[in-house]
Amino acid sequence: ESVLAKPQHPLLHSQRFSASPCAGDQSLFTSLYTSLAQQLPREPMEWRRTYGRAPKMIHLEANFVQFKEELLPKEGNKALLTFPFLHIYWTDCCDTEVYKSLVKEDMLRWQNSLRAHGSADWVIIVVETNDNKKKNKTNILPRSSIVDKIRSDFCNKQNDRCVVLSDPLKDSSRSQESWNSLLLKLRTLLLMSFTKNLGRFEDDMRTLREKRTQPGWSFCEYFMVQEELAFVFEMLQQFEDALVQYDELDALFTQYVLNFGAGGNFGWSGLLLRRPIDMEKRDGIQRGEASLLDLRSYLFSRQCTLLIFLQRPWEVTQRALELLHNCVQELRLLEVSVLEGALDCWVFLSCLEVLHRIEGCCDQAQLAANCSHTVGLWAYATDKLKSLGELCGLVSEKEPTSEDLNRTVDLLAGLGDERPETVNSLQSPYKKLKEALSSVEAFERHYLELSHAAMEMYRAIGRLRSARLVGKSLAEFYMRKADPERAETFLQEALKSYVSEGWSLPVTHTRKQIAACQKLLGRTEDYLQTSALLAGDVNLTTEERKHFCQEILTFAGKSGDQSQKVTLSMGVFTQLTRLQFRPATASVHSGAVLQVELTLRCLMPVSVHIQQLAASIHFDLERGGTNGRSKGTQRQTNPGTVEFHQSNSSAGPPSSSAAGPPLELDEIQDRSPSDNSLNSTGVVCKNTHLVMRRHDSHSPPDTPNCVSPPAVAMKEGAQMLKVQDVTLEPGNNSIIFTAPSGQPGTYTLRQLYATVGQVQFVLPHIYPSVQYEVYSQEPQLTVEPLSEPLLAGLPQMVKFTLLTGHYTVKKGDALQLSNTDTMPILPSSSCTARISNPLVGESVLSIQSSEKVTSISLPPTPPYHTLEFHLEVLCLIPSGDERPANERLTNGEMSIDCPWSIYSTLLALTFYIPFKTKHSLLSAGNRKYIQVCVQNVSDVNFTLAEVKLTEKQHATLELQSLNTKTQQLLCSKHSVFCLWEVRWKDDLPSCLQCVFSADFSPLNQDISAFKPFHYQFQFERVTTLYSVRADILPPAGEQHCRSGLLCGLEVCITRLTEPAEGELAEDSKTDTDGLKTTKLMYEVADSSSNWAVCGKSSGMVSMPMAASATHKVQIEVMPLFAGHLPFPKIKVLKYLPHTAAVAIQPDPDSCVENDSLSLLDKALDDQGDTASIRSRGSVHSVGSGDQQQKGVAMPRLEPFSPGQVFNHSYTQQVLVLPATDDHIMEVNAT
Amino acid sequence: MAVCIAVIAKENYPLYIRSVPTQNELKFHYTVHTSLDVVEEKISAVGKSLGDQRELYLGLLYPTEDYKMFRKLHNSFTDVMCNPFHNPGDPIQSKAFDGIVSGMMVQTG
Repeated sequence: ESVLAKPQHPLLHSQRFSASPCAGDQSLFTSLYTSLAQQLPREPMEWRRTYGRAPKMIHLEANFVQFKEELLPKEGNKALLTFPFLHIYWTDCCDTEVYKSLVKEDMLRWQNSLRAHGSADWVIIVVETNDNKKKNKTNILPRSSIVDKIRSDFCNKQNDRCVVLSDPLKDSSRSQESWNSLLLKLRTLLLMSFTKNLGRFEDDMRTLREKRTQPGWSFCEYFMVQEELAFVFEMLQQFEDALVQYDELDALFTQYVLNFGAGGNFGWSGLLLRRPIDMEKRDGIQRGEASLLDLRSYLFSRQCTLLIFLQRPWEVTQRALELLHNCVQELRLLEVSVLEGALDCWVFLSCLEVLHRIEGCCDQAQLAANCSHTVGLWAYATDKLKSLGELCGLVSEKEPTSEDLNRTVDLLAGLGDERPETVNSLQSPYKKLKEALSSVEAFERHYLELSHAAMEMYRAIGRLRSARLVGKSLAEFYMRKADPERAETFLQEALKSYVSEGWSLPVTHTRKQIAACQKLLGRTEDYLQTSALLAGDVNLTTEERKHFCQEILTFAGKSGDQSQKVTLSMGVFTQLTRLQFRPATASVHSGAVLQVELTLRCLMPVSVHIQQLAASIHFDLERGGTNGRSKGTQRQTNPGTVEFHQSNSSAGPPSSSAAGPPLELDEIQDRSPSDNSLNSTGVVCKNTHLVMRRHDSHSPPDTPNCVSPPAVAMKEGAQMLKVQDVTLEPGNNSIIFTAPSGQPGTYTLRQLYATVGQVQFVLPHIYPSVQYEVYSQEPQLTVEPLSEPLLAGLPQMVKFTLLTGHYTVKKGDALQLSNTDTMPILPSSSCTARISNPLVGESVLSIQSSEKVTSISLPPTPPYHTLEFHLEVLCLIPSGDERPANERLTNGEMSIDCPWSIYSTLLALTFYIPFKTKHSLLSAGNRKYIQVCVQNVSDVNFTLAEVKLTEKQHATLELQSLNTKTQQLLCSKHSVFCLWEVRWKDDLPSCLQCVFSADFSPLNQDISAFKPFHYQFQFERVTTLYSVRADILPPAGEQHCRSGLLCGLEVCITRLTEPAEGELAEDSKTDTDGLKTTKLMYEVADSSSNWAVCGKSSGMVSMPMAASATHKVQIEVMPLFAGHLPFPKIKVLKYLPHTAAVAIQPDPDSCVENDSLSLLDKALDDQGDTASIRSRGSVHSVGSGDQQQKGVAMPRLEPFSPGQVFNHSYTQQVLVLPATDDHIMEVNAT
Repeated sequence: MAVCIAVIAKENYPLYIRSVPTQNELKFHYTVHTSLDVVEEKISAVGKSLGDQRELYLGLLYPTEDYKMFRKLHNSFTDVMCNPFHNPGDPIQSKAFDGIVSGMMVQTG
């Protein structure tokens, strides 16, 4: 029996294997071993796996070991690597005797011991050589017989367990074939056994894992078991599967740590990744003595190894970072007490170790391309080195103290000795750390190297924020080293980024650091500016803010020369929030008082005394309005108030509401060009270019956020608003300036300065721009009614208002009013003038009237005052014809000469006549009455008295008043009617010239207030010429008319007077028989459709021109309704033949109307002699003035003047019975 | 354990930020701000699946629970944005949102 050397412990890395203890002929095996070991892995085998895992092709490689009984696995064995998967018995026995006597016995023993250990994986190999046969010729049996014997002895029903290998050392086809079948058999059996045992192992492992909640369960023990599996996979080159095992262990461990805790003492020598398997640590785990860091380190080193096999180095770095974070967290969680800095050491070393490991397997280009994966480790290492440096007193100007040195020694001691792997390398993490902690200079060198490397990498991959954070950390280092110059750049860069992205807390913190830095650098102005920012920073405590505020005040309080003055931006100190003008129009006349109220929000935590607060003013003459007050500054909401929107102070987010300008909207209407109708309407934004502007690209809002204070240019204006000695309290302050208003023009507020000792705060631009106007005004005189409307005929008050403007009214200045007849100015004894600005003063006015001129002496009045007085004037009511139709009188005649102007002011006032008068002539047969109607069109109630009517020409004429009241109330919008009867002695004159007169006064005023009112009018042709009498006769035999039955209308026209002279000449003609006649036309017209005129309704009659001449006309009419029907109207008109000369202009109102014309046509038709009329009737020529004036020969109709014809039956009614006496009553309501 | 929850506007300024150990607020601000680097990187990379969301978080935050919380927070965030009186871009000052964030911090921390 020969045995091959047992595999070395540890397992040879990267060797594929399955252990196969061998038994039998050792020398024989030795001769075959090389060939066997070489050929076995040559062909891959398909490995079918349990649990539905995908089959894999694997190469089997075996370690052959000599059989020893003690090598057989005992019960509960967990080792898989050293597990004997297949037992082989080699024999070249060909002699039956030998077989029987020796070999069989040996085989039996072998089989028994296998069976005793429950191993069923075995095979017997019989090697046949020709040499053997030759040697033992006597006992030569057929080869098959030995094999058969063995098979029958051992392999009952398992014939494949006995294999023949023929002439293995010969190079023949037979030998080759034999080898192949042997190898195939071996592989199959080996794989079978492997699968079976692996499955069993995995099951055992799972069972063990399930027990992890039981007491006494050891993670380390389990770790070794599962790692065994990982090793197996690794041997099989199944790295992925191997990694899974470690990952599972990792996860389990994390859970285990969280649930139970593990820990203990440990060193902090960091990860060790240079060996494939760190056996020291593994042994520690096996012994159950590993610390948490050991376990983690070991686990990670295995994972790292596998990942590198899998060519995933970047996953290593990522996992490393996670691992390091995890470990730190875990140790904290487990409350493991460690030496201060020990963890930092561990992390630092580990980071570098990982980086070295990665560098070892990648080239430079790869590293550069993947620095996004490594940079995290670099930054972490930098960070840790810095905190180590701080811990060991290496980050300072001075040398470390002895305490620091002690700490350093302790830390280095924990590292232990350097590992043999790296002892000889020049740059190992271990050496680096040791060196870095050795001295201040070395530390600085290493720290800077790391920092810069990390920053560069961050920049290269575009992680600028991370780079800045590293930079900021570096700045802190420099500050500790008292090197503010170098620190500043980094701090400023970081600050810029925080400010631009609106992170207030980091901004405050960084700014504080900058302040310290600037103070060290002695950059006073910058420092003060930063201090101002910090003093107003709400993220700081009040104490801190007070401190920074005090820094400014202390500097300000220093007495120094002028050149030491410091100018700071105002925005950080105090904010201008609102500006208010008083008066709100922001427009005053020159010399007037204009106040400007500023609301300043002071951001300082304490009240600050300001020596002077000033605003510079730009004066612009051109735009100054000299044309008066009309030009008020227009403000949208609150007149005179300007609100300043602040971009949020130190580091607020760029608020969208403040950033965007307000929308300016306008309405648009689209109208069709042809008829101007609306097609569409809409709203447009006028400032889209501003509103829609991209906001994220524009630079962050200016001053307060700026890292460095802005260059403040002070422009000394010629004029300033100034206030001395103001104390600004925290919060809103109100400061009132009195603005200069000497010269007319536009004043624009430009800058604001606040002086605090040596410090001056400047607001370089006031935006939106604020301006006010000072104007110069011409004196202005206005005259207006005290109350509307002005009534004619009564004394009325008129208000004179004089705005003096820039003119000073001196003593002796007077207004000269030219008098007019129609509007005298009533002298007044006591007249006072009010002078206001707006305070009221009074002074007496003296008015002197001469014939032509009224002179009003004005009291002395300063400029820009208002002088106001009232004058009483009277507008005479013109009587008669010159009176306008609409009762409106405009007096534009008066002119006023003013002392400040060479030109006269024309005065135009409109008066209204309070009454509207109408007159009418009424007749009753021959008797005549005159009625006058007075209508009050004003809003005032009047009393009328002394109502009189007189006739001017005819003394004999008597007008008898029928009015009973002497005084009459005439209310607003009411009318009063007055009536007189006309009596005459001989003849009634054809023409009457009347004058109506009355006294009137507003109600409840005494008699002296009565004013006369006159009204002239005239009547012509007042004498009654004809009387018309109508009668309706019921049909024959009836007592009453019946509707629907014809009845007779008898019209009787009687001449009442002898013809007058004018009349004869005018329209009469002499008949053939010598009698003078005139032609009349009558016409029956029923406008209310009560009657139907049957037959002719109109006709011509020739009236003899003599008194009592009568003409009767019979007309048939039919009532259409029953009841008391008014008589049909009967009109009598003059008919002027075409030859008659035109003398009388007809009243346009009484023109013959259309329907009467048609009647006329009909009538003429019947007469049969007026073809010419008919042909022209349609031209309406009857009333047309043109043709009359031309005297074109044509017949005309002319109405009589009112009173010339008296109708007796006017408004008379007749009873009409219904046609049949039925009971149906027809009611017609119209 | 959620220790710090921040909602960042797309212009990178914080709409909302709250952390539990208040004494470390500043550090969280720095951390969150710096983490925007990674966020930017992830956002600019096109075609990322939803599963990658969890990688937007820094290693110091536990990623396992994060996605779920993100949804919940997202719902609340949507509510805030639906408020007609909320001006998108302004810092979030909603009590309801604050409450949900506090709930998350208590629940997990």
